[in-house]
This record gives sequence, structure tokens and C-alpha cells, in this order.
Amino acid sequence: MIVIGIDIGSVSAKGYIISNGSHHRTIVPTGWSPRDAGQAIIDQLLDATRIERDQVERIYVTGYGRVAFEQADKTITEIKCHARGIAELYPEIRTIIDIGGQDSKVIRIGEMGQVLDFAMNDKCAAGTGRFLQVMATVLGLDVSELGGAEEPGQMQMISSMCTVFAESEIIGSLARGNPKGGIIAGLHQSVGKRVAAMARRMGVREQVAFTGGVAINQGVKRAVAKELGTRIIVPEACQYTGALGAALLALEKG
Amino acid sequence: MAGIDLESFASIREANIMKLKEFKQNGGKVVGRYCTYTPNELILAAGAIPVGLCGTSEKPIPAAEEVLPRNLCPLIKSSYGFAATDTCPFFYFSDFILGETTCDGKKKMFELMQEIKPVHVMQLPYADYEHALDMWTEELRRLRKRIEDEFGVKISDDDIWKATDLVNRETVALKALCDLNQSDPPYLSGIDLLTVMWARSFNCDHEELISMLQELEKQILASPADPAKSGARILLTGCPVGTGTEKVIKLVEELGASVVAMENCSGYKTLELQTEQSFNDPIVALAHKYLNIPCSCMSPNPYRMELLDRMIDDFQTDAVIDLTWQACHTYNIEAFEVGKLVKSKGLPYLHLESDYSNSDLESLKVRIEAMLEMVEK
Ligand code: SF4
Ligand code: SF4
Repeated sequence: MIVIGIDIGSVSAKGYIISNGSHHRTIVPTGWSPRDAGQAIIDQLLDATRIERDQVERIYVTGYGRVAFEQADKTITEIKCHARGIAELYPEIRTIIDIGGQDSKVIRIGEMGQVLDFAMNDKCAAGTGRFLQVMATVLGLDVSELGGAEEPGQMQMISSMCTVFAESEIIGSLARGNPKGGIIAGLHQSVGKRVAAMARRMGVREQVAFTGGVAINQGVKRAVAKELGTRIIVPEACQYTGALGAALLALEKG
Repeated sequence: MAGIDLESFASIREANIMKLKEFKQNGGKVVGRYCTYTPNELILAAGAIPVGLCGTSEKPIPAAEEVLPRNLCPLIKSSYGFAATDTCPFFYFSDFILGETTCDGKKKMFELMQEIKPVHVMQLPYADYEHALDMWTEELRRLRKRIEDEFGVKISDDDIWKATDLVNRETVALKALCDLNQSDPPYLSGIDLLTVMWARSFNCDHEELISMLQELEKQILASPADPAKSGARILLTGCPVGTGTEKVIKLVEELGASVVAMENCSGYKTLELQTEQSFNDPIVALAHKYLNIPCSCMSPNPYRMELLDRMIDDFQTDAVIDLTWQACHTYNIEAFEVGKLVKSKGLPYLHLESDYSNSDLESLKVRIEAMLEMVEK
């Protein structure tokens, strides 16, 4: 059987095709049209695997853009899809921390990959990819460079969680001549603190996986691990777990 | 649902504006009220009419924010906003307003409302112990006197007993109707339930309301249950919800589940409470009843947990949603205890914090959808 899972997030759309046991995946920027992004995913997946559209049995879609995509046979929340994706990759994981472009969430999962509880923050940018994006711009860096540029040994803590205040705090800190690497480490720490507090409120069970676009950032991973006092696993394709989960659920008709 | 006509309830508000107008023109007296702690019995015993003032619309909030802080419960802002903009006919008809010192936001708001219309504020103690009961009894006596002075009437004990009988019967009728939803599938959708529960507070004639409720119950029992309502069964708890602020109920039902019961002030919270007629003094009897209301303003508030525990079983609940209006500290903090209770019963628990705007519909929807996925049958 051939199925596709798509995760249309606020920043990028991710896709997984499963064809008789073999996987293929792809990613595109979401841009302004979630529908076009979803279509691009399908085209690329079919192109790369030389599969025809009508050979695809089912397409399951998740993520913010899921409702805008008419080709979905079913839409599922990111929460369930992440849980399913992680359960496939790491059956021993009990807690997932996911930080995406505009929200962060903590999901507790059971032995079968079922969702036991979840918490979500999407009320403000703090503690999300958007927060880091804004701060990177202030520091004259690309958001992808933050992880490699931090110097935890010279940590400069940021006290504001509000994006606007944190921005002026950084400008002030730079003006006082504080090292960039230390400021970046402080930014990572504040994101880590925020999400760790949410995780602790729900009860953290080991082991913990960290997913979503922000999980690529080694500095945030370090900060979350430090705040929680646990080891943290970042899946090799941490951005794709939602899409993988959607594809697996499509396969199982879940 | 086929055969059930809620039109008579949906039109209560409009119909009663006319009735009230007439009543006032003939010299009748009206008391505006907000909260379930208001002892309607004393108002009825004076031959006056208690009317519910809603505070369930977003519309007057900007006007309220000219005076009140933005970071305040929308129910309080909306209540004040209606008064400040004079856009609620029920407020307009009220001879005076009756308030209680329930939460901090409300009691301070009443101080400001005083400048618009006379407000009588009852000092509410926050627990059910002996001198609290004494104090509340005295507050009820003070209210009795205020009504007598204000309206130039004498309220006899007998009048109060008659009124307690009326309110008791109305509560029984309401509870019977709500209890119908213990069946699976439920008879009434959450929106239907809300339509009935919300509209009732605008009805001036309580005998008439009782017959309407009993009639509706008969109609419902005579019509076949709707198998389309076989989705997940949700119990809603937390802050009061009304027509205009039903967005969470709507989202739940658009996603294929049903809100089968509401443990809040627009729902089941007070429906088990009856005024015991075995007391010698009707005021003491009333004091007992009202001090038992499981509002989060009470500290501690064990009866709410008992009630929730029972309702979860009685209504065959699959999951619980706890709705806190933004900046309502008491319900927000109590959510921790509610969550513990629900999870200990093995059910998913979803705590939502929101306001009256529609800006968070998408994010509420993801949460509700994810919770429903957890109980998918
Ligand atoms: S929740 Fe409490 S304060 Fe609010 S209406 Fe109900 S009883 Fe009154
Ligand atoms: S919802 Fe909470 S803050 Fe608002 S009036 Fe009721 S008790 Fe007060």
C-alpha cells in the first residue's frame, strides 16, 4: 500500500511517502499558501519515487495548514501525529517536547504511542521558533547559525520573556559590550526554561525526545536538558516526526 | 432534534422585555442580579421580579475598558460595559442592582457601578462554617430590610416560604431536564442545553417557566433519541458560559462530540440545592442553601469536587473540559484540583483559558481536537 503524510507547519511543510515499506521524505517552505506547499510536497514525493497520484491510497494531513488542504482524506492534530511518529522511531520515549515556528508543546505518551496528556503554548511568541528568529535578526545572524554561535561559559541571562522587551534587552546588552555568544546562550536558556516549566507542570517521564524545527538548535537542546536534568534525544530528522506520524496513521487507517 | 421545539425558550428574552415594561408601567419593582448567590426568593417574596443581567457579550467590553483594567475577567467587563453604555434593557428596568462580594474583580467593579445605579452588595463569607453562616444570615436579613425600605413593602415569613417552594420546584424541573442527558446518546446538544439554561434567567413568571420546562421534558421523552449524537461525551466545567460566549461548546459539537452536561453557573452547579422547609426561620433556611453553592470563590470548595466526581459517572463522561475566563484566578487555580480528580478517574482533562473574542478559535480547536482524538471510539 502507498500512503502519504503531510505536516503543513507555519514555517515549512514536510512530507513522507510510505510505499510498501520503504520511506521517502521531503520539505518545502510553507510561504503564504499552505495549499500550494501541500501540493508541492505531493509533487516532489511522487516525482522522486516515480509513483503516480492514483496509486496513493490515502493522504493524511496535520499541522496548522491542514484545514486549508482539500486533498486530505483525513486531518489529524500535530499532537497525535508527533506521538505516533516518535513511537515508531523511539518506542521507549514517554515525553515529547516540540518547539515549532509559532508554538511549543509537551506531549506525554503511553506504551502504544497513544497520547496521555498534552500542554500547548501558542499565546505568545516567547518560547517558540519565532522568538529565536526575531532575536537572531537583532544579532545580525540567521536563525540557523544561533546553535553554533553560543558560548554557555559566558552566559548572559535574559530576564524578559516578552519578545519586544527581550529585543531591547539584547540591544542594551550588546551596547554594554557583552559577548554575542554569551547573549545567545542566555536566549537559549530562556527558551529552555519556558518549555521546561510547561513540561514539569505536566510531569516529565523519561525518556524525553525533542522535536520540531527548533530541536535542530544544539543550544536549545543543551538548555532544555539542563533545565529538566534529563538526557534528551533529538531524532535525526526531528522536523519530520509529524509527517511520519501522519503517514503511519494513514497506513493504519487510524 | 426532531419534534423538540426550543423556540419558546429562544424567544424568552425578547418576550420578557415587553412583559417587564408593562410590569414597570403598572408600578412593579425589578431587581437586577448577576450571580447564583442572589437569593431570588427574597425578591419574589416582595412581589418584585429578579432579572438576570448577563455579561455574556463582547460588545460592551471596549466601553468598560475605558474605566476597568484590560486584564480583567471578560464577564466582569461585559457586565460593567452594559451598565456604562446603558444598552441592556434589563439593566435599564432594574430599580436597583444586587451584587455579592464573590471574587475580587466583581466586588471592586460593583463599587464603580454604584455611580451608575444603586447597587446593594451582599458581603459573602468564603466558607461554610458556623460564624460564616451567622454572617450570611445577617446579610440576608439586611437585604430583606433593604428591599422592604426600597419598595415600601413588608415581606412576611409566609411570603418567603411560598417563594422558596416556587424556586425549589423550578430547580427540580431544571434538574430533571438536565438529567435526561445522562442517557446515551444524549437528548439535548450542549447548545440546546445552554439555550434553555440561559434563557430561564430572563423569565419573569416562574410558574410559567416551570410548566415550560415540564412540557419540554415530556416532548423530549416522547421523541426518539438521535443516534447522530453518539460522539464523545464531554462534561464542561469552570466559569459561567452564556449565549454569546458559547464558542467552546460550539467547537466541541462541530468536531462531532457532545457537551452532555455543564458543571457551571449556567448549568448544573446549583441544581442539587434546595431550601429545606424544616427550619423555623426561612432566612436561616435560605442561608444554608446559598452557602452550599460550590463556586470557586469558596475556600476550600470540596463540594465542587464531589459534584464533579458524581457527574462524571452519572453522565457517562468521556472527557472533561475546564474553561477559565482570562484573569479569573479562583477558577484558574482550582483547575489544578479539578485536573487531578479527572485524571485520577482515568479520563482526559483539558484546561482552556480564553476570553470572549474569537481570536483564539484555531488554537482552542487544536486542543479540543487533540483531546477528542484521545477518546475516539
Ligand atoms: S461562578 Fe461564582 S461568582 Fe460567578 S456567577 Fe457563579 S457563583 Fe457567582
Ligand atoms: S468568572 Fe471568575 S473572575 Fe469572572 S466573575 Fe466569575 S469568579 Fe469572578
